[in-house]
Amino acid sequence: MMLLEMATSGFGERLAFTDPVANRSITYQELYDAAGAAAHDIRASGASRVAMLDVSNLAVPVALFAAGWAGVPYVPINYRLTGDEIDALLDRVTPAYLVTDADRLGHFNGRAGVDARSRQEFLETASASADPDEQRSMDPDDVGVLLFTSGTTGVPKAAVLRHRHLVSYIVSSVEFMSAAEDEAALVCVPPYHIAGIAATLSSVYAGRRVVQLANFSADGWIETARHEGITTAFVVPTMLARIVDALEGERTAGMPYLQSLSYGGGKMPLAVIEKAMALFPDTDFTNAYGLTETSSTITVLGPDEHRAAVASEDDAVRRRLVSVGVPLPGIEIEIRDDEGRLLPTGERGEIYVRGEQVSGEYEDRGSMVDTEGWFPTRDAGFQDDDGYLFLDGRADDVIVRGGENMSPGEIEDVLLTHDAVADAAIVGVPSEEWGEAVAGVVVAKGDAPANAALIEELQAWVKDHMRSSRVPERLEFWPELPYNETGKLLRRVVKERLLAPARNVRAALPLLYVADIERSRAFYCDKLGFTLADRWDADGALNWCRLVKEGASIMLQRAEAADVAHLRQERSDVMLYFLCENVDDLCTEFQGRGLDVPAPEVAFYGMKQLILRDPDGRSICFENPVAT
Amino acid sequence: MAALSAGKRLKSAVCATEIMVIAAPDGDVDLCCGGAAMTAEGGNGASVDATHADGTAIGKRYVNEDGSLEVLCVKAGEGSLSVGESALTVKDAKKLPKTD
Repeated sequence: MMLLEMATSGFGERLAFTDPVANRSITYQELYDAAGAAAHDIRASGASRVAMLDVSNLAVPVALFAAGWAGVPYVPINYRLTGDEIDALLDRVTPAYLVTDADRLGHFNGRAGVDARSRQEFLETASASADPDEQRSMDPDDVGVLLFTSGTTGVPKAAVLRHRHLVSYIVSSVEFMSAAEDEAALVCVPPYHIAGIAATLSSVYAGRRVVQLANFSADGWIETARHEGITTAFVVPTMLARIVDALEGERTAGMPYLQSLSYGGGKMPLAVIEKAMALFPDTDFTNAYGLTETSSTITVLGPDEHRAAVASEDDAVRRRLVSVGVPLPGIEIEIRDDEGRLLPTGERGEIYVRGEQVSGEYEDRGSMVDTEGWFPTRDAGFQDDDGYLFLDGRADDVIVRGGENMSPGEIEDVLLTHDAVADAAIVGVPSEEWGEAVAGVVVAKGDAPANAALIEELQAWVKDHMRSSRVPERLEFWPELPYNETGKLLRRVVKERLLAPARNVRAALPLLYVADIERSRAFYCDKLGFTLADRWDADGALNWCRLVKEGASIMLQRAEAADVAHLRQERSDVMLYFLCENVDDLCTEFQGRGLDVPAPEVAFYGMKQLILRDPDGRSICFENPVAT
Repeated sequence: MAALSAGKRLKSAVCATEIMVIAAPDGDVDLCCGGAAMTAEGGNGASVDATHADGTAIGKRYVNEDGSLEVLCVKAGEGSLSVGESALTVKDAKKLPKTD
């Protein structure tokens, strides 16, 4: 709140936030007034938390600052979770003042401890005239934000960030009013991610306008960046990979205004960052490593270091392109073994961090920070001679095979250097002989044959490049690996699926006889976003192919001319049905691909559905599995 | 004279200046603005001492000679900051890459 107060007195008339979907912007003064009015309403409600369950929009910064003003924690919640998961999180923060989108409102009607309103109602409340004497809460020890961590390891923990942690991060890493008036930051990470909160606070303090991108798509990001004259942006690695793909074939990104592009939140593949630097030749790249528990960024690999690494002949310098850089001023890093003893430079161990912005505290569990201020991150890594930090998985990812410790990341890196491998994940699985055995999953590149011969070849490849103990005893091909939305590989899920009891029948794969296979393939790929996973040609033409979109697969089979009319008759009682997370997002995606689709509708049984027809007239239905 | 801790906010007794403590040495510190001791309450009706009237600027960080005391100006005023008689100076901003 103090940060916004400073921004308002320093440059109140500047534009603070733009929501391109609502086609609306607000100034710092308007944001300040709205936060004051909303704070009054929050106090009057008697709520102990302000919960936000929505995509990025103008209500998000208003609620963040209003919560601070009213002296209650702000709790952004992941809107992609299922209804049950959301209810379980909300139950932990009652009595809650909830702001959500109008579609969800019905679900919370009459729910105990949850006082819900739509974002529109909230902004309406916030536009009431503020009481200038509304008392502001300012204790630096008060909890500013409660963030549920992404939960790659089970039940989400609520990380506690106090005002002093957040203010310390902003004040030590951002210079007040350092942004020029025409600067604009594109924020595409969701509001419940620490990077979204950090971007909001640092932009406000620097006086940089924030343009909110509610649902990330590569095309949407590129268009908004060009249209809004974006000067700075933060992306997670999967987003950058998609942006780079979408720009495939273009010589440069055509974004001369984009001064800086920072990334973090997961491991950045070398090929992606190299391509990105070529596509954005005038843009400063920064790699930021941080955690929710450390109020965002703790180490930084800056633009000059990126350029030096790319240009260098020295392997040690070039390798820094995949490092996360050096600690921010005021931050100390140590690498320790699993008994907490300091390790020599260059050895892999658990990363410990210390500094004013480090909270390391979870609700109901207390502080994980030791008496000397050190917080164990559970991330594993090592530092080189000049202090550059390299991440290497999670501290507990380590595989202990016959008493020998090995890091999954090293084996994955070797697999990824093979031409047939698009992605790889290695985990330890229980073994009677070794305690733990090395197992893994590989995603084959588009044209590579995913067969037993390739598995043998990959095992030999690992053996040749490493040691025989590193060779995965078990290796499977999957269409894709499970990542969370910020690009973190979900090893726990890989392990669970690998260990799931083998079944003979895994899933039904619909086989569609199509009149014109090229036309159908183009429809499913270009319009609905499927990718070609496998194909078989006969007589010089495509005969059948397997198409994949996220968790769903279908097969297309060329029908003989004589069969086509008959098949159409048979088809009238068959519907291709897809279970989805969010039909609205899909609808936006399909529209972005130039497909004319009807708006999703809520069916009488409470599910939201989108119904299309494919080129053969077959019905396709996408449905939200959860009542909204 | 009072002990200072990070996050503590103080007001000038003689002008509009307000600060937040970022780092402080152990023990009591005689933090003044405009020549008068800063307090939690602010204004005492007196005026700025002419020898401490260079003013403060919002968003600037001020440090003492050995760097053990650092404060952030959150509201500008006409007085200037000092510990006793020795003036605080503006801390040079270190240029950091944008990270978010």
